[in-house]
Amino acid sequence: MTLYGYRVPMMASLLVWCVIWELVGQSGLMFLVPPLSSVMMAGIAMVQTGTWQAAALITLHSFAVGMVLAIVVGVTLGVLMGRFKAADELFSIWVNIFVSAPLSALVPVLMILFGMGETTVIVTVFLFAVWIIVLDTRAGIQHVPNSLIEMGRCYGASPFALYGKIVLLAALPEILAGIRLGLVRGVKGVVIGQLLVAIIGYGELFELYSRSFDMENFWALTIILFVAAMLMSAAIEHIEKKVDYYAGVR
Amino acid sequence: MMASSQVNGPARAVHSPAGWGLSLGRLFTGHPIATRAISLGLFFLIWEIAGRVPISYAFPTFLDTLWAFVSMLLDGSLIIAYGSTVQPLIIGIAISAVVGVGLGIVMGLSRKAEWLVAPLFIVLQSAPMAALIPLITFVYGIGLVAKTLAVIMLALPVIVLNGYKAVRNANPSLVAMCHSFQGTRLQQISKIIIPDASPVIFAGLRLGLAAGFIGVILAELLITPTGIGDLITYHRSVANYPEMYAAVVSIILVSTLTLTALEAFEVRVLRPEKKRG
Amino acid sequence: MTVPASAIHAVTQVAGDVAVEVRGICKNYGDIEALRLIDLDFPRGKLTTLLGPSGCGKTTLLKIIAGLVEPTSGEVRVNGKTVTGPGPERAFVFQDFALMPWATVMRNVAFGLELKGMGKAERQSIARHYIAEVGLTGFEDKYPHELSGGMRQRVGLARAFAVNAEVLLLDEPFSAVDEQNRRKFQEDLLQLVEKERKTFIFVTHSIEEAVYVSDRIVLLSRRPSRVAQIIEPKIDRTASPDAIRRDQGYLDTVEEIWQGLKHYVD
Repeated sequence: MTLYGYRVPMMASLLVWCVIWELVGQSGLMFLVPPLSSVMMAGIAMVQTGTWQAAALITLHSFAVGMVLAIVVGVTLGVLMGRFKAADELFSIWVNIFVSAPLSALVPVLMILFGMGETTVIVTVFLFAVWIIVLDTRAGIQHVPNSLIEMGRCYGASPFALYGKIVLLAALPEILAGIRLGLVRGVKGVVIGQLLVAIIGYGELFELYSRSFDMENFWALTIILFVAAMLMSAAIEHIEKKVDYYAGVR
Repeated sequence: MMASSQVNGPARAVHSPAGWGLSLGRLFTGHPIATRAISLGLFFLIWEIAGRVPISYAFPTFLDTLWAFVSMLLDGSLIIAYGSTVQPLIIGIAISAVVGVGLGIVMGLSRKAEWLVAPLFIVLQSAPMAALIPLITFVYGIGLVAKTLAVIMLALPVIVLNGYKAVRNANPSLVAMCHSFQGTRLQQISKIIIPDASPVIFAGLRLGLAAGFIGVILAELLITPTGIGDLITYHRSVANYPEMYAAVVSIILVSTLTLTALEAFEVRVLRPEKKRG
Repeated sequence: MTVPASAIHAVTQVAGDVAVEVRGICKNYGDIEALRLIDLDFPRGKLTTLLGPSGCGKTTLLKIIAGLVEPTSGEVRVNGKTVTGPGPERAFVFQDFALMPWATVMRNVAFGLELKGMGKAERQSIARHYIAEVGLTGFEDKYPHELSGGMRQRVGLARAFAVNAEVLLLDEPFSAVDEQNRRKFQEDLLQLVEKERKTFIFVTHSIEEAVYVSDRIVLLSRRPSRVAQIIEPKIDRTASPDAIRRDQGYLDTVEEIWQGLKHYVD
């Protein structure tokens, strides 16, 4: 949008929403919505507590482990499915089911299989993130032009070099897009997992604050979570833009 | 989930959702029946073997689960549970559809509305909205309203963003064509932009429904012990693992079948140009 | 290279009836000057081609005439009336066809009439006539994706004919059509020009195509684009298509234009 000839950046409108939040909070109409300023103050105080730091650390840990697993397994399976018809036929039905299935229903099963602990959360993150990575990787691999692979073979690339130097790089834009979407889903996974397990990390704090009606801290937690999710997504997007120039021209 | 790539991401990412979307539609048409049967059979076989070993005291065999599924179906408990789960889902999706599509179209047509509202939904789309579900309980208790709200919270962003993106990216060549034949703005919107956007809008509704399934299950597991979520929780608490697994599998099955049917409809009716053959 | 004087007549003024007048058109996109002071007359009932190196702004000029793009300065008059936007006396044929994928051939062809609010029966009977004219009878209920590129552009052409505009603006109509279909289409176009007695303004980057179909060729220079030369190929249009393509005048004109454009090519 332009205002008085200046281009107002799109995300600036979020400030408008922050002001609205503050006004609603100040008016005291809804006890669920404390003023944004007091949420901020609560947030600043909260991040200095040991409880929060421990919770954040354990959350980050589960998320990171789950994501690394999801990326490794997802890209590998995606490459296999993209290159080998048999693998594609064997797995595609399951990948397509799980990519849009309500995986939150699976969490109780994970809880009895893996216990009420971090393992369950890690598996949840993995299950939320992996399918979209598989699908995007597979799409990327299938879009690698055949001529590029034939070129590699003509110039004597070993199978290893063929994948490392040509196929994976050519499919990188799609793989990164898959990873970014996987990250977004992974964040949802870590939150849902911890909420359902309810005794570790962020989930425990959510449980604590919502039971004690501590809205300032509840919203502070939420905002930190949202901001972290946005930043992560933006970071991957930044990398994606760097390889985007060849996504169109391959 | 998917739509965020199209809104925040580079333009190229637009193709990937269509790619996987279509492949879901081909689930029951694209591959020969034999390979699909083998794939399913192999999975059930591994499940059966893993259950017999057993890998865990809480891991029933496939046959036990199937038996539990049939008996729950026959004694009506599954059907009652679905009645309670589907109701907020339908109400929530209907509300999200009306509000979301309307909002998306307005944002697609007006730069000012886009500036004000789009960033909000981009944030909501990529943020873990599930974190807010416990909050609903305070205001709306544990009834139908709370479950419906949970559905709306998860489904609305993707519906809004798909509608917005579809309208904003309406084929400029068609818009110019309409303009060159002196179409009015209203004709341009009703005869070109909305028909051109409708496949993506519909895909948004489908993704919204997928998110809505997650929302309603989460609400039932977290706050309101009713419906299919209650079935899962209850059978878990009394260690009826086959029944519990059957309930979990059934919800995945129901959502997959619904989404596949919607997608088949989408390809057949809304995208004649994408129809195979 | 010498060219027989009879083959080419460089002209600047049009004698007789003028359908479209372009006066002092300039177009800038930011710092980029696309068109500089273009003055042109388009004679009524003739096919005039805008030809030039790629990126020279031919399409921009055509869209300014269509009223789809605003010029930075200057004006376009159709039948003496200044253009402020698209009008019923002009119809546009798009490079990418611009067919609605959700509509049948029939609805696509009748779309211009639909927008005017004409009743269904009436507009369909008109559309049916032009569908036959472009040789697509039997395809009325097909969707665009079921047609080849050449057939799709025939739909685009029929749609433009159906609104009965005096001036038809064709923006590289054959560039997305394969070579063999293009040749056939060019031949059909000549017959339609003959039959419909309309003013055609045609944009292309193919020299052969321009010489083959045009009564007048306007050569545009590289950006900032100006009118470099106007050529009237003297070709016997009554001859068979194959005879025209082998006609010495045709070949000489192609060669002459190539010599003129060659230095623009890197």
